[in-house]
Amino acid sequence: MGQTFAEKILARKSGRGQVAPGEIVEITPDVALSHDNTAAIIGIFQQMGGRRVHRPAMHAIFLDHAVPAPSTKHAENHRVIREFVREQGISNFFDVGRGICHQVLVEEGLALPGEVVLGSDSHTPHAGVMGAFAAGIGRSEMASIWAVGSLWLRVPESMKLTVRGRFQPGVTAKDLALWVIGDLGADGGLYMSVEWHGEGIEAMGLAERAVLPNMMAEMGAKNCYVPPDRIALEYLTGRAKRVFEPVYPDEDAEYTEAIEYDAGVIEPMVACPHAVDNVQPLSKVAGTRIDQAFLGTCTNGRLEDLQAAARVLEGKRIAHGTRMIVIPASSQVYVAALRAGYIETLLNAGAIVESPGCGPCMGNHMGVPAVGEITISSANRNFQGRMGTKESEIYLANPAVVAASAVAGEITHPKDL
Amino acid sequence: MKLIRGRVWKYGDNVNTDVIFPGKYTYTISDPTEMPQHALEDLDPRFVKGVRPNDIIVAGRNWGCGSSREQAVTCLKETRVGAILARSFARIYYRNCLNAALPALTCNEAVDAIVDGETVEIDLEGGTIRCARGEFPFPALPPAVMAIFDAGGLVAYTRRRLEAGDRGGQA
Repeated sequence: MGQTFAEKILARKSGRGQVAPGEIVEITPDVALSHDNTAAIIGIFQQMGGRRVHRPAMHAIFLDHAVPAPSTKHAENHRVIREFVREQGISNFFDVGRGICHQVLVEEGLALPGEVVLGSDSHTPHAGVMGAFAAGIGRSEMASIWAVGSLWLRVPESMKLTVRGRFQPGVTAKDLALWVIGDLGADGGLYMSVEWHGEGIEAMGLAERAVLPNMMAEMGAKNCYVPPDRIALEYLTGRAKRVFEPVYPDEDAEYTEAIEYDAGVIEPMVACPHAVDNVQPLSKVAGTRIDQAFLGTCTNGRLEDLQAAARVLEGKRIAHGTRMIVIPASSQVYVAALRAGYIETLLNAGAIVESPGCGPCMGNHMGVPAVGEITISSANRNFQGRMGTKESEIYLANPAVVAASAVAGEITHPKDL
Repeated sequence: MKLIRGRVWKYGDNVNTDVIFPGKYTYTISDPTEMPQHALEDLDPRFVKGVRPNDIIVAGRNWGCGSSREQAVTCLKETRVGAILARSFARIYYRNCLNAALPALTCNEAVDAIVDGETVEIDLEGGTIRCARGEFPFPALPPAVMAIFDAGGLVAYTRRRLEAGDRGGQA
């Protein structure tokens, strides 16, 4: 019988010929990703009696969640992490300003086909855009990997999502992700390995594809996989930090669920407060007043996203009384957007551009809402209280809709400006 | 503790980690003893005031979805919640529970039968939940995972492995 991506890669990595869903395997990851929570992990590592991390080259540590430090306490966290990284000889350390871990891992050629990435962040499945098996874990689990080099994983069931056809103009991978999450629910992919296939996926660039694994965390998925095709392999030429061997599922692999979607029927979608699966077509929620528009995050803070927003904002002004916050996902995105003139367009329209990082996404700083305010955001999560106060609302949409809504001061389709 | 007896706090589906332990505290509160005062802060303000040791959380589908933050488990562990029973758990939350040796059990029939505020009894070894409306079995944990649970959690488990000179992964 054929094997799914998850079965094949976990069999290979655990040194078994074949594994079945439900089996527990012990895996040494190729990449162990952590971020600002590294300070807390250091504490747990020490409680475990750990002194030296297992194989320093395996670790990738990023400062991105609250950067540059908004308070002394955050700064102290960062200081502890820098000191630890130096002591332990961890070379894949990306300090304040480099960008969001999931984006930077890809840019640095550390998210590789056929490799296993375990990260103490729930959006770790993002790295599946390059054909890696990438799953989120807890802090204690990361500390345990530092100590002994491996971790138990349950071999997941697999779900195959096939996308036929092409998007209508103005529809993006974000809309597809929201459509699917709305269709299957916040636990529609619980514990599963979600694979994306079909010509609808092959037609997308990497920036757009990345939205899919990034958002599958919101459907409960363990990991998410996009088959590395010519586009992905070309991107890795001269960038990949190691020699890699891609893993592809067998044609006759057995999936717990297989669903087909027609890209052509999808319209721009919006996730309404306070759940990512509370999804409505844009046309149903257009006209909802907003106070703030936020463009950024690991979901939609890439060059193509800033470009989409700049196209909408060219020659326009953000509505009086509305503010727009833009945070490029990485320093490379920032530089490329500067060169392309997008940053100037965004600033001229009245947007605020801040340094790369997670910003207000989980309520840390750089544009948290006031009580009673409404934000439209390009992020992946709109839970109550997410951006700092539970008395505020978050709508999730694609970057062009976020920009158009900033101009109108209400949720708006770009074509209606 | 093999027999857990406590009052039930019953909640619905898709309760996320942002309402269990708000994200704004994740980098400012690192002392576990400070975490209980924020447990379920944005879900149920009555909880912190009323919770007693061994109380049991009973929930619907996908309890603990969202962020991987371990504090969403630690804050309940520190509150001395006895167990969490749900229709299903978000996967990282579930792992975090087992790694903290906080019993995370699934049993749809028991979730249906149990009412908010009643006192129920969970027999971890026997694999049964007893409530006013009957007795329900729940599936045992896989042996590989039970070892972590039996050690008292992942920290203790890994400490033992290190002390025994175990370098699980290939160098």
